[in-house]
Amino acid sequence: MRALLIIPTVFILVTLVFVLMRSTGDPITAKLGGQLPADQLAERIHAAGYDRPIIVQYLEYLGQIATGNFGTTLTDNRPVTEILFTYGAATLELAFYSLLVAFVIGIPFGLIAAYFRDKGQDASLRVFAILCYATPVFFAGLLLKLVFSVWLGWLPVAGRASVGAQLQMEVLPNKTGLYTIDAIMTGNPAVLGDVLAHAVLPAIALGLLTAGVFLRLVRTNVIGTLSTDYVDAARSRGVSEYRLVRKHAYRPALIPIITVIGLQIALLLGGAVLTETTFEWKGLGFMLAEYLQARDFVAVQGIVALLAVIVALTNFIVDIIAALIDPRVRY
Amino acid sequence: MSTDTVIRAPKRRLRDRIPVVHQLRQSVGLQRGMLIAGLVLTGIFVFVAIFAPLIAPYGFAQLRDAAGPFGSQQPPSAEHLFGTTVGGYDVLSRVLWGAQTAILVIIIAVTLSLFAGVLLGLVSGYFGGWLDRVLVVLCDAIYAFPSLLLAIVMAIVISGGQSNLWGGVFAAAISITVVFIPQYFRVIRAETVRIKAEAYVESAKVLGASNSRVMFRHVLRNSTRTLPLIFTLNSSEAILTLAGLGFLGFGIEPTAAAEWGYDLNKALSDVSSGIWWTALYPGLAIVLVVLGITLVGESLNDLADPRLRGRRRVAQASGEVAETSVVPGGTLVAGPGGLAGLEDGESFDEHGIGVRS
Repeated sequence: MRALLIIPTVFILVTLVFVLMRSTGDPITAKLGGQLPADQLAERIHAAGYDRPIIVQYLEYLGQIATGNFGTTLTDNRPVTEILFTYGAATLELAFYSLLVAFVIGIPFGLIAAYFRDKGQDASLRVFAILCYATPVFFAGLLLKLVFSVWLGWLPVAGRASVGAQLQMEVLPNKTGLYTIDAIMTGNPAVLGDVLAHAVLPAIALGLLTAGVFLRLVRTNVIGTLSTDYVDAARSRGVSEYRLVRKHAYRPALIPIITVIGLQIALLLGGAVLTETTFEWKGLGFMLAEYLQARDFVAVQGIVALLAVIVALTNFIVDIIAALIDPRVRY
Repeated sequence: MSTDTVIRAPKRRLRDRIPVVHQLRQSVGLQRGMLIAGLVLTGIFVFVAIFAPLIAPYGFAQLRDAAGPFGSQQPPSAEHLFGTTVGGYDVLSRVLWGAQTAILVIIIAVTLSLFAGVLLGLVSGYFGGWLDRVLVVLCDAIYAFPSLLLAIVMAIVISGGQSNLWGGVFAAAISITVVFIPQYFRVIRAETVRIKAEAYVESAKVLGASNSRVMFRHVLRNSTRTLPLIFTLNSSEAILTLAGLGFLGFGIEPTAAAEWGYDLNKALSDVSSGIWWTALYPGLAIVLVVLGITLVGESLNDLADPRLRGRRRVAQASGEVAETSVVPGGTLVAGPGGLAGLEDGESFDEHGIGVRS
């Protein structure tokens, strides 16, 4: 049953984006209004078919999306799906590294906070978690940049790779767009180092946001499992405190955490738009911001609709994973 | 808390029923510290927002005074404690005035989403049927959507991107409202579905009370428990969304109002050349305000949930709040994603949301 829900969700999101974006008028006027004489403008609108009834346009749009055609951008005349493949890899890479940061920080600290519940460690970790949430990713990014790139000069200021590394990766016969993998394929450790150095700050900026969420989540759930009978039983058998937290309390707490990761994807994608803008990380979010500035609403509508599909799909996959892990959840 | 709260009169006294005051009395130790810290930060924020015109040394769009133009990117000095921006504005003044913009957006956004969300949730939960199903699926879809993206789309729809003070404030507020409505909707609907089955609702119906009377008098009054909580959480999210919109260039023009996100956007290039004051202060303002509001929300949340309340002093002063907590696991605060912390084995169904299996 759950699987069927993904269809209306995608449908609703795509419709919502279409209706909202179109209610402002047609994209050509938004982009070129005031720059062209009225008759030329009308001609272009007619050529693009934006003067037909909105319902016809909507049905046509749905048909196009069903066949994987999300439109063509006005500014540089590229298919939106091509933009997805070119820049999606960058966003995927950023999302992967930030999730890594979030796990590495969130889970151990969450366990510590749960174990020292209501003590000093717990209180400071919880304030840390709230700070992670309270700091806008772009402000965290700006601070990290200021300290580690500008003042200390340890890490690059922006971008995904330096020009030299980029050139080496460009010539690869079958490049993936995922710079980490491409860098490994060049076989040059300097390129890999360069790519990783560029990823550190954006990943931390975006990862901290999610780390705060994970920390609280792990804490709450482990507190729940720590007070169960089987943990008491294990303790009475002389199981070490470390093992108790790590194995007995943590494992059962994992299931709700996995469920919530699905919800975090939306947070992560929203954060990616801001992080990519801050670090000029040329991914989907960066392009979205660019097209927003250029008032290219065909591109914006396409990218937003695509992201909506991604979010719906991820939630669906996470539900399945949760069901596979937990025998109690059956759909 | 002493014995006076234990022996309670049938109707609780007023000071126990005022939301925050009651929780403050109920809290102990660290919890109380967090709540007080949050209240202080929030208090400062509200104070600055109200008295910004009196506190700020200059206007938010002021470029020159009697001594001439302020100059661009001036480091902090006696005249400009926080320096000046690339556009030649006084950073301190814009930080202070920014509080006013932020609070306006919070008030409008939260009020609008509160009314719309509560009304929809009440009608949907009370009448059920196809309307209910449609609304639930719709709200679930919106809830799953990255809220910032939705806010961007709404900002385009409302203002085409740029605007004056009220236009900008309303555009930002309504954009945020659309994101928030599903949250109120879910909570109120879940409560309504639960309360609808209570005996007193049945008896009211038997006595011939009209639907609207039952809905507003019997159901609504009993389903508002968690609202103060969502209220605080949404306030902090509203600030972050506003700043995000401003940062992406969909905020309010600098001459119309001071907005922290816009200032941070302009500070982006400053940072690369080592100019720190234009980024640090507006950013800190956001962090402190969100921190303050979230601390209050977090503490209220914990105090409302018996599983998370401090273990040492539990039941006495908890009152009705503790009976049933709709907020699972106590981590609703968890972040823009909300609803983090579903308890073991708990699915969305238990909150009347989600899908039936």
